[in-house]
Amino acid sequence: MPIRVVAPGLATTVQDLGRPGYYHLGIPISGAMDRFAMRCANLLVGNDEGAAGLECVFMGPELEFRSEAVVAVTGAELAPKVDGDERPTWTSFRVKAGQILSFGFLKSGARAYVAISGGIDVPVVLGSRSTYPLGALGGFEGRSLAAGDELAVGGAGRSGEGRTVPESLRRMPGKPAELRVLPGLYWHRITAASGRDFFADTWKVAPEADRIGYRFRGGRPLVFVPRKQPFGAGSDPSNIVDACYPYGSIQVPGGTEPIVLHRDAVSGGGYMMVGTVISADMDLIGQMQPHTEARFVEVDMATALKARHDRAALLNKVRAAVSTT
Amino acid sequence: MSTRYSFGGDEHVFVEVDEEMSLEAFFKSLSLTNAVRASSIRGVTEVCPANASFQVKFDPDVIAPDDMLTELKRLEAAAAKAESRIRTRIIEIPVFFRDPWTTETLMRFRERHQDPKSTDIEYAARINGYDSVDAFIAAFTGSPWFVSMVGFVAGLPFLYQMVERERQIEVPKYLRPRTDTPKLTVGFGGCFGCIYSVRGAGGYQMFGITPMPIYDPKQEISYLRDFMVFFKPGDIVKWKAIAREEYDAAVAEVEAGRFSPLIREVTFDLDEFHRDVDGYNRKLDEVLHAH
Repeated sequence: MPIRVVAPGLATTVQDLGRPGYYHLGIPISGAMDRFAMRCANLLVGNDEGAAGLECVFMGPELEFRSEAVVAVTGAELAPKVDGDERPTWTSFRVKAGQILSFGFLKSGARAYVAISGGIDVPVVLGSRSTYPLGALGGFEGRSLAAGDELAVGGAGRSGEGRTVPESLRRMPGKPAELRVLPGLYWHRITAASGRDFFADTWKVAPEADRIGYRFRGGRPLVFVPRKQPFGAGSDPSNIVDACYPYGSIQVPGGTEPIVLHRDAVSGGGYMMVGTVISADMDLIGQMQPHTEARFVEVDMATALKARHDRAALLNKVRAAVSTT
Repeated sequence: MSTRYSFGGDEHVFVEVDEEMSLEAFFKSLSLTNAVRASSIRGVTEVCPANASFQVKFDPDVIAPDDMLTELKRLEAAAAKAESRIRTRIIEIPVFFRDPWTTETLMRFRERHQDPKSTDIEYAARINGYDSVDAFIAAFTGSPWFVSMVGFVAGLPFLYQMVERERQIEVPKYLRPRTDTPKLTVGFGGCFGCIYSVRGAGGYQMFGITPMPIYDPKQEISYLRDFMVFFKPGDIVKWKAIAREEYDAAVAEVEAGRFSPLIREVTFDLDEFHRDVDGYNRKLDEVLHAH
């Protein structure tokens, strides 16, 4: 096999752009939490944007290359090193057979994306190579990488080293991070004043933040509009008859700590949701570390669609910039 | 019942058929999701039925959110009456109640429970007015259950008891969710039963365990070779209480690739069911055990 995992990092998984189509059976889309960074990494090494790469959380792996490849690392500032010599992020570089790819300490962001020319070749399961660890599905044997794992790589792409994504086109959360939210779903269950507080407060990412969802702390608890709980919902005012959870939806169990569901979302459950983070801001969540300050910003559908359009335009600029370097 | 529509961000429409759970709400949600699938509206990427609601995921680059909403409302208006007859299957699921594994787990999380002095099933029996756990199990296994939703995690069925509302079992969820639940635990929360398809966190009360796997990502188990998820919404389940010896034997059968669940095709008619609940459920039992 072309790549041997010497050390796995903290929770390194094989991811691509995900596995749509099975959410109705509780199998979530999975795929890179920061899809923009994953696409950029693939573009830099000449892969299809949806090729499988590695998602590394907080800490990088150590990989021994047994055949030559072009590599790019995007997303979090997690400096790659080839045989100990640092390489820039967001820029493709060559790793020769016998060399070791390792990583320095995390400087900013939360998840780095490693693309390797040809793409990681694990079996395609339900249309994707993404790992869904909770369901032991896809990726490398349905789990995070472990020391000694051997990874196959697909046929070499149109690779070139020294390609770069200009700094102006990279995208990371601000300080505090601002997540734009379309209120809705069970928004009517809380009072107007409580809704204003939700958007006015500054929240912090809790330690319980993973691919399933990000929990936030520090804002005021919700105040519910009184009602007799509907049959089947459960007795807590935050309970609903178990329903589907949209990706990005913000549930607030007990009215205290909001949880934003992400790529490995649980597909449904019995907690009310106050709204949904817009699609354009989902990637940003993947780059937020625990204790990061965050605000939820109320937007309408027109703003959500404009943001989505802007993000597509940004990706087009990356495509143009990478193909000319 | 009044249908409520709401956008879940720029990629989902959330449709609540009713605030409260009922078989009528479930049938309407099931028939509307079938109508959405059949209509092949451009831009729809996922159609997810739930207990008394459903969700459609769409690509707003292909169809504008307001147009998506209009299409769904048009379908709802066209389906003046929800389909009340479905072709489905009835499946017997063996359950080892009060088993050692869920008992060990529930003892570990006693401080998160409403009643730390009793077990989950003792608590459920008491608050539902049963004299004994055995009487509670008799009621639990006495009627069939509808799979009203599949989800939370891969392949997990939510089950709704097919009896009049006044006879329905209701139990609150744990005060704080557990961080662990054994795989194949038979759980209960609100008015829903469930089977945990994988090991993991959970907030439902734990009553027992089934030897029958319902999710197999490797697709090695004989009856999961065609697809890794066993249940689909609309399936009917009949529980069968089993003892330790039967449980062990079934696990051995599963491991040897010889276990085959008892499954029968059946037509379910909601109106006929309501006319005589117990009589109808007896007929379903006869279908299940017919030779």
